[in-house]
Amino acid sequence: METKDRIREGLGKKIADWEEKNPRRIYFTLDKEDIFGAVEFLFRQMGLRFAIASGMQTPEGFEILYHFCDDSSGIIYSARVLIQDGKNPAVKSITPIFPGAEWIEREMWEMLGINFIGHPNLKRLLLSDDWPQGQYPLRQNHEP
Amino acid sequence: MSHKVVVPIGPYHPLQEEPEFFRLYVEGEKVVDIDIIIGYNHRGIEKLSEAKHFDQVAFLVERICGICSSSHPYAYVLAVEDILGGEAKVVPERALYIRTIIDEMQRIHSHLLWLGLAGHFIGYNTVWMWAWKYREPVLDMFEMITGNRNNYAMFKVGGIRRDIKEEDMPVLRKALDELVPAIDMFYGAVMDDPVIQARLKGVGVLTRQQAIDWCVLGPTARASGLNIDIRKDEPYGACDRLDWKLIVEKDGDIFAKTKVRILELYECVRMIRQCLDKMPKGSIDADIQDVPAGEGIGRVEAPRGECLHYVKTDGTNRPIRHKIRAPSFMNVASDKVSAVGGTISDATITLAAVDPCYCCTERVVVLDRKDSHKVMNGWDLIKLSQEKTDKIKEGLKNAAAK
Repeated sequence: METKDRIREGLGKKIADWEEKNPRRIYFTLDKEDIFGAVEFLFRQMGLRFAIASGMQTPEGFEILYHFCDDSSGIIYSARVLIQDGKNPAVKSITPIFPGAEWIEREMWEMLGINFIGHPNLKRLLLSDDWPQGQYPLRQNHEP
Repeated sequence: MSHKVVVPIGPYHPLQEEPEFFRLYVEGEKVVDIDIIIGYNHRGIEKLSEAKHFDQVAFLVERICGICSSSHPYAYVLAVEDILGGEAKVVPERALYIRTIIDEMQRIHSHLLWLGLAGHFIGYNTVWMWAWKYREPVLDMFEMITGNRNNYAMFKVGGIRRDIKEEDMPVLRKALDELVPAIDMFYGAVMDDPVIQARLKGVGVLTRQQAIDWCVLGPTARASGLNIDIRKDEPYGACDRLDWKLIVEKDGDIFAKTKVRILELYECVRMIRQCLDKMPKGSIDADIQDVPAGEGIGRVEAPRGECLHYVKTDGTNRPIRHKIRAPSFMNVASDKVSAVGGTISDATITLAAVDPCYCCTERVVVLDRKDSHKVMNGWDLIKLSQEKTDKIKEGLKNAAAK
């Protein structure tokens, strides 16, 4: 069975919206509560490589894309998580699954103000120590 | 964790371009923990990008790094072309070949730069001087093709900005021919030298499992037995039309990382030669006018590993989100496992082995847990590293004399 089908089977009903923008770019949406289990499945069982996560603010709240690469086929699977909370966004941290996610979660935390619950070392990565609290530079309303 | 006073040496140094701050905690000779502090050079490029139109962003992201300066614009234009239907559909044939030539030339100059620095850190200053000497002709080739030694401004959405002139071809071929004996020399110098073997084998090991867990990329991953290379996995430019080998080593130590990089130099030369031979004539730019709403991911194999750009657009002439992930973002974090457990005299070369652009060990502070007053700076560390090589040399000499 192809990796693609195994992912669809493994995640089953957790996948809300499966979109193949082109043969090498597959996007699907997951519920916020399912992300920890889904990442564990993708990373540990499917053996996909975690490339990066990218967060952004949307009119409804926030969105995080977890990009996973299947290096044998060159396909990138991007798992989209929507957080419908514009004020205090929070999602479960995936760093306990593998340490390679530590830095990017710290970055999204300081740049977008998304709280990663269960992150072992949630402190600033790129911003300086004297950057004001509660100012998130990558939010749409941030005025430099 | 010890809470002793830290004497701040660095993170800035007027000579180097890249501030990073490594705080090593040692017990006697052994490194027991490491703090990596980055962000001194954060310029907010992702945010800046949202205020520039698609043509300008290529110039902006070229300034992210002065060494792999074509990887970022390349990954960015691939991301935009992903929205437009893919590089192969959009970009003219000739431009694909020229893109690969620039990409591979950059790998040569970057690997030679690293080889020089690595040589310096273990006390082989001749290697340093020679590696940088042979890097010069590569930069001259860049100047001939693009007009610049660094920051080439070649990439644009839908093509490239400058063509390679027919009369330049023989000069480029000759420069490549002259490069091969130099690579032979470096290969021989590293593989046959018992001192380098004793100095680098088994040092700064990153196991295969650690490489997976820390999501490392490029030569750092390939030296630990992971066969990941975007040029093979998701070919871009002319990579899939050329005959070349993927270099993978199993040991995960610094010797393996060095070997991977040196062997890759041969493959780069082979690829550029084939590009020059096979390059068709024709247009170099598809003249893209509009970018529709959508999202795309572009990635290239930069000299240090996969460089990934994610671009989201809404139909206007600017991206609404541009995420940039440079390979060192993943690789530098893995120092946490490769340097801990080693000795302090190996720390410099271990931190340098992932090739974090310039190895920024000039900004290292060393604290002794038992005696908090003993503090070293980066230069002391390099000296320590060089002394260890000298000791190995002495030992081998004495053994031979007996």
